[in-house]
Amino acid sequence: MNESQLTIPNTTELEKIALDLRRLALKIIFQAGSGHPGGSFSAADLMAALFFGGILNHDSKNPNDPKRDRFLLSKGHVTGIYYSVLAKAGYISESDLDSYRKINSERFLSGHPHPKTPGIEIASGSLGQGLSVAHGIALGTRLDGYDSKVYVILGDGELHEGQIWEAAMSADKFKSNNLIAIVDNNKVAQDNITKDLKDLEPLEDKWKSFNWDVHRIDGHNMKAITEVLQLPLHPEKPRVIIADTVKGKGVSFMEGKTSWHGVAPSPEDYEKALKELV
Amino acid sequence: MKDAPTRDAYGQALVEMGADPRIVVLDAGVSDSTRSKKFGEKYPERFFNMGIAEADMVCTAAGLATTGKIPFATGFACFLLGRTMDQVLVSIAYSRTNVKLVGTHTGLAVGEDGPTAQMIVDIAYTRAIPNMVVVQPADWEETTQATRALAEYDGPVYFRLGRPKVKAIFDSSYKFEIGKGRVMKKGSDLVIFATGIMVQESLKAMEMLDGNKVTLVNISTLKPIDRDLIMEMASSHKAVITAEDHNLIGGLGDAVGEVLLDAQISKPFKRIAVKDQFAETGTRAELFEKYGLSANHIAQAVKDLLK
Repeated sequence: MNESQLTIPNTTELEKIALDLRRLALKIIFQAGSGHPGGSFSAADLMAALFFGGILNHDSKNPNDPKRDRFLLSKGHVTGIYYSVLAKAGYISESDLDSYRKINSERFLSGHPHPKTPGIEIASGSLGQGLSVAHGIALGTRLDGYDSKVYVILGDGELHEGQIWEAAMSADKFKSNNLIAIVDNNKVAQDNITKDLKDLEPLEDKWKSFNWDVHRIDGHNMKAITEVLQLPLHPEKPRVIIADTVKGKGVSFMEGKTSWHGVAPSPEDYEKALKELV
Repeated sequence: MKDAPTRDAYGQALVEMGADPRIVVLDAGVSDSTRSKKFGEKYPERFFNMGIAEADMVCTAAGLATTGKIPFATGFACFLLGRTMDQVLVSIAYSRTNVKLVGTHTGLAVGEDGPTAQMIVDIAYTRAIPNMVVVQPADWEETTQATRALAEYDGPVYFRLGRPKVKAIFDSSYKFEIGKGRVMKKGSDLVIFATGIMVQESLKAMEMLDGNKVTLVNISTLKPIDRDLIMEMASSHKAVITAEDHNLIGGLGDAVGEVLLDAQISKPFKRIAVKDQFAETGTRAELFEKYGLSANHIAQAVKDLLK
């Protein structure tokens, strides 16, 4: 990433990229007739910053470089935004996105991610596994003597899975400070608001008690996002960034709604949404 | 060659393979019993004791595998697999990460801890998973060679090991190969396909029987199974027995039966296995006798089929 340092978009440009990604994500979900717009939109600003804000050290032309930083989407159902990011970053082409959720998809653009798609490290879509996998990668790159960082986006509802806390203990034990978890805390799960399913608060205290380096930000404030992502690694603790977000962020009638967890928009809603995503 | 549990041979093999920096070993807090501890003592930087957290362990292994490591994720089979179906399916099998799942303490051979620790559904379960290779060695030499072979194989594996001491039956002239069965003794009338500790039990049964009527075949790779050898042996004998320390459903017996059914080979056929029930506490020998797995039961089945 160093050589392109000068061309890293500023926060205004990153906001514009995030908006483009939302439009693209909604388009492919609309075309596919199914998908997860709510959680795609809540994660859009975080992913824009990671991939296009000079944070993630990666190169789509050399996707298997062992020294690369890694990105994992543990809340794997939000492929609408993930594949849009991979297209914009050059791992796949925008025309590949036409095969999203379609049989015989050449780039294997399945409803949930799989490593047959360039840029994807491992399958996800069953919640709770990604933090452990990311930690395994963090241990592996450290054994190799690389200073790779491993970023993993978790859903807030996903924190109900016990395995997350197993992994939280492990990363503390092994002092895996190159592991950076980002909680897309959109506060809405499939069935209900997360608080009513099972309340996660006090969430910072939970992670602190597991001995993580805890930060909490507004997950739609690009300045806050880029600042926290640029912090130097903690000398020994793994880091968690609790990003308070809004499910469906950017489209007024989707925001905060469980009903927009896993449905594609109708043609009318699609047009209405596009008018807001400008 | 050594009379010892297969888990001991595994622990020793890991140590011997440890010079390869790609080899990493994980355990779920039972490394003294699984014998992975020996690797941890020699190569502490590549040994990850994840505590009693099997789900985290197998996914951590998957992550390590994506960085080019060859992880051996080790635990008691009951918990290693019983706790991790979703993790094994998604992060290992579907992702086709190069993880070796090593389950010790399998079958009724575990003994006194009883059914919570006697894994009898693991062959059925792992055979049913796409991309998974399933191997169960019968003694020290085969375990040693198989551990190496599985490290060289690029892909997910379930390696089924046992708790009790077993006799050495192979010497260094034996060559283990994934997917290949081995004719141990050649007879004329009936063929026994056996796996793991039941190879040992079958050898005992053959000592009880007179003459040279029985052929014994060791099936150490349960998937992909050696179809050609099974078809050849079944066709050239009058009757077939399978023997496994595992439930009747989905194990070696069903795997052999599927081969015979596909090939339309019809022979008198008996499966020696746990009869779709949970056992109880007791010594290995007592449990094998009571639940139909002992050499006596195998010998009786041979007599019945050759009547």
